[in-house]
Amino acid sequence: MKRVGNQVLASILVNAIYEMKNYPVVLLNTVLSPLSFLVLIFLISDGALLGEAILGGLIMSMFQSGISLQSDLSHLKNDFKLQEIVVSSPTSSAVYVAGMALSEIIYSSPAIIILAILFALVINVPFIQVAGIVIILLMVFLSSVALSFALSTLSTDIVQSYSFSRLITILFTSLAPVYYPVTLIPEPLQPLAYLSPTTYAAQLAQHMAGLTQVSSGMFVFDWAVLLIFTAVFLWVGYRKARWRDV
Amino acid sequence: MSVGELRCIGLEKVYDNRKRALSAVDFSVPTKGIFSIIGRNGAGKTTLVRILATLLEPSSGTATIDGLDIMKDAGELRKRMAVVPQEGRPLPWLTPLQTISSYLMWRGESYRVSRRKAEEALASVELQDVSDRLNHKLSGGMKRKTLLAMVMASDAEIIFLDEPTTGLDPISRQVVWDLLAEMGRDRFLFLTTHYLEEAESVADRIGIFDEGNLLALGNMDELRASMRYQYSVRMSCGIDLPEVDGRVLKGHDGRVQVLTTREEAMRLSDQFIGRDIQFSVNPVTLDDIFYNIAGRDIRNDVGGDEGGGE
Repeated sequence: MKRVGNQVLASILVNAIYEMKNYPVVLLNTVLSPLSFLVLIFLISDGALLGEAILGGLIMSMFQSGISLQSDLSHLKNDFKLQEIVVSSPTSSAVYVAGMALSEIIYSSPAIIILAILFALVINVPFIQVAGIVIILLMVFLSSVALSFALSTLSTDIVQSYSFSRLITILFTSLAPVYYPVTLIPEPLQPLAYLSPTTYAAQLAQHMAGLTQVSSGMFVFDWAVLLIFTAVFLWVGYRKARWRDV
Repeated sequence: MSVGELRCIGLEKVYDNRKRALSAVDFSVPTKGIFSIIGRNGAGKTTLVRILATLLEPSSGTATIDGLDIMKDAGELRKRMAVVPQEGRPLPWLTPLQTISSYLMWRGESYRVSRRKAEEALASVELQDVSDRLNHKLSGGMKRKTLLAMVMASDAEIIFLDEPTTGLDPISRQVVWDLLAEMGRDRFLFLTTHYLEEAESVADRIGIFDEGNLLALGNMDELRASMRYQYSVRMSCGIDLPEVDGRVLKGHDGRVQVLTTREEAMRLSDQFIGRDIQFSVNPVTLDDIFYNIAGRDIRNDVGGDEGGGE
């Protein structure tokens, strides 16, 4: 167990702590993306959608952390052959991915901490509701991590990987109704929004934070869809990722 | 169970693009000292290393290292092996100390122990003064030494090094050779290279690879002994070469080389001394052996990779 802890810590050090320590400026990047959207939504809505924007920022941070794993792993694998060095060591694929995934959370921690403080100040809900929102955020993170790992092991082109990461983040967190209620989208376009798992996550989180209301049927449906998305992405990550090349 | 040897039986690799990288490779070598595979670019060296280092699945055939199967016992083998890939580079945002200590932590060492071992390894390769400098500020030779120090610091007994000196200047290359010789004293090093002088200088055993086939295997004496002609006579061009029992080669530099027997080399020497012709006589080098076995010069590369890792 101690051995696994050291292996996880190695990934966190390499992909987060050392980079943050050696290049503190990178911290700004992780803070700016989610907070800039929050400020924009706050200004446009005249403060009315502040709660939704904070939740959106948290969902974006978690999703972006998971999706960033794809380009980071791909970069480490293709440009530095780090994956080959790790594959031929006692570290297993699951431990490597767990460490790298945690490193992404730590990398995003400045933004997450700021958003969590804002959440505590602006949204007053019972602990059980907060726990529910945390579970939703973890499901969003897990889904994106699993998908990222599978894509990174298949990727041989870093430019494509970075572009794909950005594209998925924009589609699932900027265009999808994550920072605002889905009802603000014109009705004919709403079915498109429901193609994204983050729409269900945001809708659930907004409901649990007491910001919007959904019917109990919709509430159950949202959980079911989010669970299915998470299970499918985890399955894809488990089945399709290549630790040893074929 | 065969212990203490690396054994390949009918190892084949055909990539998705139908490129055949390995053709039924069979050989065995003891897992001690330095074993070097030499061959041109695209000969199949990297594919073989990646398969043996449990990074790539073979299309067919098997291989065992100290009795452990590369497919079935990969987990156990990975505890005992380490790899420096052909294009492996230390991460630019880390320092050499952070690079080595992180790697040791991936091998299960604690933070404290890995830092101590990393410091010792850096001192052993004389990089202690740059241990806290970012990797991207290091020279190419220092980066290579960092990766070698990384595997040296580990407890791995089997180390795969894929072209560890490619791109290094001659002085850095010599420094790396010294390191390899030191590492090879108590571990098994599997080294690929297309620098023949590298294999000749550091390897205990040499395998000659071409187009996915192992053409010859042995130490330098055994490889020489396998040659029909074991001596090389070199002389300037433009001389009237007498009839010789041997193989006459004309080099790109305009010099003429005769691969021949010891007796014929002596006879030619006597003639050249009498005619005041400048010449040299030497036992055949690995260059000559490679040319003789593969039928072409190792440096006459057509380039290309090894079929990719897909």
